[in-house]
Amino acid sequence: MEKQDIIKSFKDSLFTGLIALALFGPIVGLRTASKGEGLFITPQWGVVFLLVGLCILGRFLININSARRKEFKIFSTLSSKFSSITEDKAKHFAITGILFALVFPFLPFTDRYFMDVAIMILTYIMLGWGLNIVVGLAGLLDLGYVAFYAVGAYSYALIATTFGWSFWICLPLAGLFAAFFGILLGFPVLRLRGDYLAIVTLGFGEIIRIILINWYEVTNGPDGITGIPRPSFFGLPFKRSPDEGEMSFHTFFGLEYSTMHRIIFLYYLILILALITNYFTLKIRKLPVGRAWEALREDEIACKSLGVNPTNTKLTAFAIGAMFGGFAGSFFATRQAFISPESFTFIESAIIVAIVVLGGMGSQTGVVLASIFLIGITEIFRDLEQYRMIAFGGAMVLIMVFKPKGILANRKPTILMHGDKN
Amino acid sequence: MLKISNVETFYGKIQALRGVDIDVNDGEIVSLIGSNGAGKSTLLMTISGVNKARNGNITFNGEKIENRDPHKIVDLGICQVPEGRRIFSRLTVEENLRLGAYTNEQGKHFETDIKEVYDLFPVLSDRKTQRGGTLSGGEQQMLAIGRALMSKPKVLLLDEPSLGIAPKLVNQIFASIKNINKEKNVTIFLVEQNAKKALELADRAYVLVNGKVTIMGSGQELLKNKDIQAAYLEGGTKN
Repeated sequence: MEKQDIIKSFKDSLFTGLIALALFGPIVGLRTASKGEGLFITPQWGVVFLLVGLCILGRFLININSARRKEFKIFSTLSSKFSSITEDKAKHFAITGILFALVFPFLPFTDRYFMDVAIMILTYIMLGWGLNIVVGLAGLLDLGYVAFYAVGAYSYALIATTFGWSFWICLPLAGLFAAFFGILLGFPVLRLRGDYLAIVTLGFGEIIRIILINWYEVTNGPDGITGIPRPSFFGLPFKRSPDEGEMSFHTFFGLEYSTMHRIIFLYYLILILALITNYFTLKIRKLPVGRAWEALREDEIACKSLGVNPTNTKLTAFAIGAMFGGFAGSFFATRQAFISPESFTFIESAIIVAIVVLGGMGSQTGVVLASIFLIGITEIFRDLEQYRMIAFGGAMVLIMVFKPKGILANRKPTILMHGDKN
Repeated sequence: MLKISNVETFYGKIQALRGVDIDVNDGEIVSLIGSNGAGKSTLLMTISGVNKARNGNITFNGEKIENRDPHKIVDLGICQVPEGRRIFSRLTVEENLRLGAYTNEQGKHFETDIKEVYDLFPVLSDRKTQRGGTLSGGEQQMLAIGRALMSKPKVLLLDEPSLGIAPKLVNQIFASIKNINKEKNVTIFLVEQNAKKALELADRAYVLVNGKVTIMGSGQELLKNKDIQAAYLEGGTKN
């Protein structure tokens, strides 16, 4: 490495430090504290100094790493090795992953907390896979995906509490409602592309949330909907003391009552729903409509010249993506037994989009890895409370620095040569 | 077969086509030459239904098509190979070809159709599993033509197939176009800036200037025309 380069990257790091100082100076450095009657400013220059120092050091290391990629390539070899492992052995990887997911609830170290985190990760994986249809395959950047999640959750909650129908009837209905909203959103945005589409979908997500808050008669406004029925195991409820003449899960199977039964059931429920989403996506990619989505992502004019109807193709992508969002929403509603507009804010959309983008647009395995990584990291840092979001942001920055196209950026062809074993 | 009469197309307030009349008969190769901005691509996009004609008619075998959606026009048997090839670059060669068959009975005759394309362009067969974006310009053009052929068109609209391609491959592609016309009985409407090649290949040809057809005649006639030699061919002098 040249001396010039070192000086150059050092200067660049100092400049980064300047930006960091401008940001952290007022935000962290000037802390207001109430003493007696008034607010006083207590400066914390030590902390600012530390943070700025960290920024300079971090920037310097990144610069050195990118300048010396050929000589000193710990990160790049590490990450390319990682992706070559995951790409070559994609099938083994997937099967191992599914097997692990199947036995996970019965592993000795698995407790209630792990199960809850696993259910949350699986919910995000399912949402990521659902959004992957719209963003990854059809190339339509949807920043309001949480709207369909919300529609699914509210349709499920309203149908279940009003009519008292079982989970298995309400689930497809909620999915249909969400798909209908997908088409509803689809129509006005068909002409839009890129940034403009993103803005409108963002607005749509907010509109749904604001309707949920204000349409008090139906949605119960900010108070949300309570008492959403829990799912039953094919008619057997998970109750400690079942009603007269009713069998519950633990009495039917002659087990000791445990709250874990319901958690494990929910876990398998979301696992199956997520796997259905994945299976569906993998299958539809090989059908003309799925291929048309990908073609539309690549070039809309070429699609038109070949007789692909972009209107219908985009609408199906929106509708199907929305449907899976709706399924995930129903699951969320039945798991929480309580939903309110609070749960469907923009940050949720942002997390789901982040999962899809960081995973590598269109990569199913990438979505799994990104979900585990992002949700896992925020969970690991749970004890640090307000620093969780820093960890979340840091994780995103790390992925973008080392894998700018996402964790798994390679697209797998849908047609393989005859005799190709994969 | 394809009859364009008095077609006017606008981009907002700007008029790109000022009353174009062109006939393409069954089994012909018809070329349209003209300089940049003459409206050649606009005309093809208007035939394909991507741009709409504000005035005038386009009929295909007697059916009016000027107000139809692009995918319905492809259904009728008019397929365009757009300018700049527009390959789906992240999709493999075979996936690109499958998309060409999108309107064509969902792969009923897929196997035989794709074999015909591979016979026409053997290089594509060698590169089936390669991504479209990794092909050379000439190979991409072959892929674009093959992709359009997968829809079993009666008329193939070609927009500047020689654009940005090595001269050797241009000859090969023009030979294939002739082959497609003669062997597969596909009528060809070719839009080109490479006037010499286009006129040599054409049964009949038109010259488009500022959105209007100024000269028409057989390919050989136009090659000898002094004005055309001066404006579009090398070595001519205007007198």
